Amino acid sequence: MKSRLFFFIPLILFGVLILYFAVGLTKDPSKLDTDVLLNQPMGDFKLVPVQGRSEGLTIDDVKGQVSLVNFFGSWCVACLQEHPFFLQLKENNVIPLYGVDWDEKKPNDVVRWLARHGDPYTKIGVDVTGETIIDWGITGAPETFVVDKEGIIRYKHIGPITERSWRETLWPLIVELRKQ
Amino acid sequence: MIVEIGHFALVLALGVAIVQGVVPLMASSVNNRRWMGIAGPASIAQFLLLCVSFAALTHAYVTSDFSVLNVANNSHTDKPMLYKVSGVWGNHEGSMLLWVLILATFGCAVEVFGRNLPTGLKSRTLAVQSLITVGFLMFILFTSNPFERLINVPINGNSLNPLLQDPGLAFHPPFLYLGYVGFSIAYSFAMAALIEGRVDASWARWVRPWTLAAWVFLTIGIGLGSWWAYYELGWGGWWFWDPVENASFMPWLAGTALLHSAIVVEKRGALKNWTIFLAIIAFGLSLMGTFLVRSGVLTSVHAFATDPERGIFILILLCIAIGGSFALYALRGPSLSGGGLFKPISREGSLLFNNWILTTATGVVLLGTLYPLFIDAIDAGKVSVGAPFYNRVFIPIMTPLVILMALGPLMSWKRTDAKAVLSRLYLVYGATLVAVVLTYILKGDDGWGGYFGMGLATWLATGVLWDLAERIKLGRTSFGDSMKRLIRQPRATWGMTIAHFGLAITIAGMTGAGNWKVENIQVMQFGEQLDVAGYTYTFESVRDVRGPNYDALEGTFTVHKGDKYITTLKSENRHYDTGGMPTTEAAIYTMFLGDLYAVVGDKSGDGYVTRLYWNPLVAWLWGGTLLLALGGVVSLTDRRHRIGAPKRAQKAAATEGAKA
Repeated sequence: MKSRLFFFIPLILFGVLILYFAVGLTKDPSKLDTDVLLNQPMGDFKLVPVQGRSEGLTIDDVKGQVSLVNFFGSWCVACLQEHPFFLQLKENNVIPLYGVDWDEKKPNDVVRWLARHGDPYTKIGVDVTGETIIDWGITGAPETFVVDKEGIIRYKHIGPITERSWRETLWPLIVELRKQ
Repeated sequence: MIVEIGHFALVLALGVAIVQGVVPLMASSVNNRRWMGIAGPASIAQFLLLCVSFAALTHAYVTSDFSVLNVANNSHTDKPMLYKVSGVWGNHEGSMLLWVLILATFGCAVEVFGRNLPTGLKSRTLAVQSLITVGFLMFILFTSNPFERLINVPINGNSLNPLLQDPGLAFHPPFLYLGYVGFSIAYSFAMAALIEGRVDASWARWVRPWTLAAWVFLTIGIGLGSWWAYYELGWGGWWFWDPVENASFMPWLAGTALLHSAIVVEKRGALKNWTIFLAIIAFGLSLMGTFLVRSGVLTSVHAFATDPERGIFILILLCIAIGGSFALYALRGPSLSGGGLFKPISREGSLLFNNWILTTATGVVLLGTLYPLFIDAIDAGKVSVGAPFYNRVFIPIMTPLVILMALGPLMSWKRTDAKAVLSRLYLVYGATLVAVVLTYILKGDDGWGGYFGMGLATWLATGVLWDLAERIKLGRTSFGDSMKRLIRQPRATWGMTIAHFGLAITIAGMTGAGNWKVENIQVMQFGEQLDVAGYTYTFESVRDVRGPNYDALEGTFTVHKGDKYITTLKSENRHYDTGGMPTTEAAIYTMFLGDLYAVVGDKSGDGYVTRLYWNPLVAWLWGGTLLLALGGVVSLTDRRHRIGAPKRAQKAAATEGAKA
């Protein structure tokens, strides 16, 4: 009988391993660094306009109401995934969406990109020096932040916004923040 | 259109795989031979459908069809054709498609080469194999579809990782996958045996060549990966114990154990359920390797944060495949015991000892790889386990294995007189002693690692040669007769001899590269000379060169030894047009005793940062690895594998059963 139980050892050990994996899956190893910014006020920034436009983007534009700040670039394929959704947001006047364009090869690239795919942004600033990217802890594009009325960063979304993430996370949070 | 055909073929393959996975299992439980037979044609159909699917994706890459999201994200118009093709598996979705294609290829191969397998065993094996395919096809179709279209088609594509543009990296994943996935056959055979409740010599004879083939591929894959790291990363290292490397090393260790225990099942009918267990863990570790690498559990991967579904899906797959098979093992394993008895000091005993050590080593690598995960899971912080841990633990564990490797083949089955074996080996002792003393004289007091490693390598190499000499009765009969015996040695013996000798060479290479490496990092100006391990490097020039799709900074050194010109070294620092990290192409000149290795880095003041290395015996590392793989191939061509599971084996099994 004892030796029969012996054969269960691999199964039991494997069960323990799976438990750890399941817990491990809920933890994103990259989270530590990026969460540091949460619930902190935005650092000061003043970004230049897109080529051919007059208005850039400053910290005062973003403050005052709950808004989204989206980091994008014309080189970013995944940004196109969330683009149609952003256009809808603008059409229905849901929430102000500010764009920070970064890492362009040529200043003209983003102009062509916006002309081709449409411009969903309330205002766009171009981060030429890369300082704002570092301040906000950007690791790639697209990344989208929810900022409250006081200018405090409340949420960071990595990757394209999907209908599901909007419905389940972003929109409830925005409603909540608007109540405050 | 071709893309849609590929997608459609993938969906059809899933349908076929479900049929192939379910019907034969049900049919064989009621012993309906007709319906069991469906497994064969289904495995061929499945293979062909997946070929179509893979060809369609390859076509999209070759023609740079950027309307496919996967191509747009991972390829670029400017890429050379070779890397457009290798781009197919250079990304998550495509590599998963390659995974299932190989899975189906092995299944199909069992059908084609396994004409004389017992119908029940064959159809069950193919069914289990197909169930794995079902899991992976669902994973691909639901979470990682490579055929997804993109509405707004980009012009050039967006390949971000120039490191992938390298022949070493382009070809090592297919080999690794052939190895990983090859173990699936051993696993499927093991599952079929557990379901049937029967393991005999012919079973082992069937499993061994598949395991051997998988092991050869995995050995080559690991070797290629290590070689790539050596010349591409620019630090002169060849093994970093990082999770991705460990993920391939663990199945290799378990697979090596499996190869050896299957011999015992085949020859002596013992260690049956241990062999089954090894077959499960070898493939289980391959699956887990996929999980660790793909889910981002261990490494921070940007894609993971956007897509935890993938991780959860693989976790569930893992639960079903490994958990299910361990459960089956717990229920059926005990009934598979029995077989030939043996004393601890015997051929079987030494193979069992080999298995214990290899399994322990696997456990150590597993622990080291997962430890950071355990710590994180209980919220005790984030740690990483590095090379010092492995070096300290791994060497003491493997040393007895290497010592025994020289002795095991000299032992006879059932029982051996240890004293008799040990007293014959005076030449081996002598050679080992000479190697240790010689290393000590040449290298002085450079730490014990050097002469210990060289002693171990010599012990193994001479032990292997001694074994061969005994087999051909060298010196105990006429020389001509010995040569005749040498030619008549079975291929399996040759395979073992070559592979074990290869390991000795590899150990010597590791010892050299690990203990006597010389590295100099400094700022150099043009014309400046530097002496590294007896070789004089002169920094000649730096110029800009243009490659097919990158700009590079090319640094040139000439190397002299004394007054004698040795070679001119040109290293490159590449910046690809598509951006991303710059990559290093180290300049390497390989000699018998070591590599000259040079890298030019960034400009600093009026000079350049240069890294110059002397990497002793590195060529032995790769050479030894090649011999390991070659040994496997030679053993694979052994007569008894070619003629399959002969009647003789079944008769032998029957008589053995009668005796018991």
